[in-house]
Amino acid sequence: MSPVKRLFSRPGAGADILIRNAHALDPRTGMDGAHDVLIRGGEIAELGAAGTLSAPDGADILDAGAKHLFPAFVDPHVHLRTPGQEYKEDIDSGTAAAAAGGFCAIVAMPNTIPTVDTASVVNSLIAEASERARVPTGFLASITRGLRGEELTEMADLRDAGAIGFTDDGKPVTSAGMLRRALQYQRLSGGIIALHEEDPALSGDGVMHEGAVSARLGMAGIPSLSESTMVARDAALALYEDARVHFQHLSCVESVHALAAAKAQGAKVSAEVSPHHLRLTDEAVRSLDSRFKMNPPLRAESDRRALIEGLRSGVIECVATDHAPHARHEKEVPFEQAPMGTIGLETAFAAIYTELVVPGELALATLIERMTAGGALYGLHTPRIALGETADVCLIDTEATWTVGQNGYAGKSANSSFEGMRLHGRVLLTIAGGVIAHRQPMLVASDDEDDGGGGARMAGARNRAAH
Amino acid sequence: MNDRARHLISIDDLDRAGIERVLDRAESFAEVSGREIKKVPALRGRTVVNLFYEASTRTSSSFEIAAKRLSADVVNVKSSGSSVDKGESLKDTVQTLSAYDPAAIVIRSPHVGAAKLVAGWTDAAVINAGDGKHEHPTQALLDVYTLRRRLGTLDDVNIWIVGDVSHSRVARSGILAFTRMGASVTVCGPPTLLPREIESLGCDSAVTLDRVHEADVVYVLRMQHERMTQSFVPSLREYADRYQINERRLSPSQLVMHPGPVNRGVEMSGRTIDSPQALIGEQVKAGVAVRMAVLYELLVGAPSLMAVAG
Repeated sequence: MSPVKRLFSRPGAGADILIRNAHALDPRTGMDGAHDVLIRGGEIAELGAAGTLSAPDGADILDAGAKHLFPAFVDPHVHLRTPGQEYKEDIDSGTAAAAAGGFCAIVAMPNTIPTVDTASVVNSLIAEASERARVPTGFLASITRGLRGEELTEMADLRDAGAIGFTDDGKPVTSAGMLRRALQYQRLSGGIIALHEEDPALSGDGVMHEGAVSARLGMAGIPSLSESTMVARDAALALYEDARVHFQHLSCVESVHALAAAKAQGAKVSAEVSPHHLRLTDEAVRSLDSRFKMNPPLRAESDRRALIEGLRSGVIECVATDHAPHARHEKEVPFEQAPMGTIGLETAFAAIYTELVVPGELALATLIERMTAGGALYGLHTPRIALGETADVCLIDTEATWTVGQNGYAGKSANSSFEGMRLHGRVLLTIAGGVIAHRQPMLVASDDEDDGGGGARMAGARNRAAH
Repeated sequence: MNDRARHLISIDDLDRAGIERVLDRAESFAEVSGREIKKVPALRGRTVVNLFYEASTRTSSSFEIAAKRLSADVVNVKSSGSSVDKGESLKDTVQTLSAYDPAAIVIRSPHVGAAKLVAGWTDAAVINAGDGKHEHPTQALLDVYTLRRRLGTLDDVNIWIVGDVSHSRVARSGILAFTRMGASVTVCGPPTLLPREIESLGCDSAVTLDRVHEADVVYVLRMQHERMTQSFVPSLREYADRYQINERRLSPSQLVMHPGPVNRGVEMSGRTIDSPQALIGEQVKAGVAVRMAVLYELLVGAPSLMAVAG
């Protein structure tokens, strides 16, 4: 474990709760079956076969009704818009969205106003997260000052201040020479270097994937090779400098190939994919709805298939949402003028579960592994359902269906590319860092408002054991 | 229009029968334009707003004349000098104008999808007068109208669209409308100005004019000077050398069209522009009758309500 603390959340009482009869599934421990899980003071205190554990004084009892209990998820790619654009999202609302999505740890991007490029900005974010974050939250600092791609930030100081690593996310590090310096300097500072891969000369004025749909709509395209050529370039730099690099939000088949080739050569590279790239294609853009505008853009079906296969095989290690909130008025403009990005924290599990697990394309255990793998990639703790571990768990009713956006969002913004979709998989309870961060109201109400959501409920109030 | 079309956003809003209905209606309005008093009372007491976010001479004036010949009240809103200039959003502008209860909003915007968005914010019928590089459906309708008048039908007519296809809304709406009417379309231009996968719209593509003699109709697109500075083509001279439509490349039986305004000596030679095989003047004339027909079909609709004899 790193001696420097890198995740921060508001103080909260450690959960005391007995979760009875949950279908606990943890791909790392091999646990996959009906269990009772007793959490005391925020730690997993006892594990037993279903129906074998009893609650100590003062503990809540939750009858899980055979719903799934998973290690909670880790999202290495979130935009909390703080500081500077709190009208889109802030630490409180963004972490509420994370909790509602079953996440126990998230990593915020530094493309804020001002940029997270000095230790003082990191310090102020840590202070704010320590007061307001509902789930443990960490921060990346920028690689270059002001994301301008011209001068390195004080990477060593930033790491000492608590930054997890570095990224210029939202922009590529266009200059290979500049990135090379950062990769060299990583030997001193440590910390992952995460890269948004895009060649601006190839992207040009593009606003969507270049292909049949952009040809039809008359909008400038962003060709896939804008991303894949940079993945190949930077993998070569990483290999040469023996540096640790993570590729953010891969979107196309060529990038998956470049990544696999780099790994085969021994480069220390990893990658993430977003739920929207796994679920949607540029066909959605025919609607001209700006909810489908993001960077990298939604690409072709062949790209989507390659991303699914990459995630299944493990060439792509993890899922990351690239949760990117924008205000309603910003998105209610013609497609070309709209800002890029979709929110994703609240729908990540359900979107992939519905699209890939239900039809049998991806094993549930694999999905859980990929939704938690971001922790280890970023040098953070990996949530596990095991004795003595901090309770980082989520209880999900995989049978329950819900309509995205119908009851609003926990976050501040509503720009979801899944809005209106009917999804399977509803997060009932999230315990993050040992603290209850999210609990569906239905758990205390007597019944649910949605089909299939019944079964899990709080039994009474507190367990007042007989004296 | 198709039976339930309320707006004209894209040629995709029209099937072949819908296009033919507009053209038939336009034929009857062409007669009105030949009268001494060029006016019918079809839209008396109703308001048509022309909302133009881009400079336009022929499209805006022909929509204005079309609406006036139908006796509508016309309000022209141009981006310069209006609240648009003062930073008002498209949505706010449209909602403000909608408070006057217009029957139709005609919108020209530099941005793809603007007309579609506007249709979601107003009760008025929305007519797309050009949205970015996406579509310009009334241009395509007047082009089909012009060709049908000259040829009788577009079935099996071979049409080449030549020039900067990438940046042309006229080309996109044209491909859709011409093919829907039974023509076959080939787009031709420098490879840098042909969109990748343009063939998915149902046309062929070519990068030279070697086979242009196969065309019954050559539809020439405007070549913007700014494409030179962006390195899409190295020079106007080389462009003209390879792609100019002129008497050397055409036989007298081939028809030539252009949406205007023409760069004489660039995409077309002066002699070809002024030759009898050029339909450019007829296209302009058709603009009024076709836009009258579109307004009429959207706002009045049922043929029996037709106030003028065909």
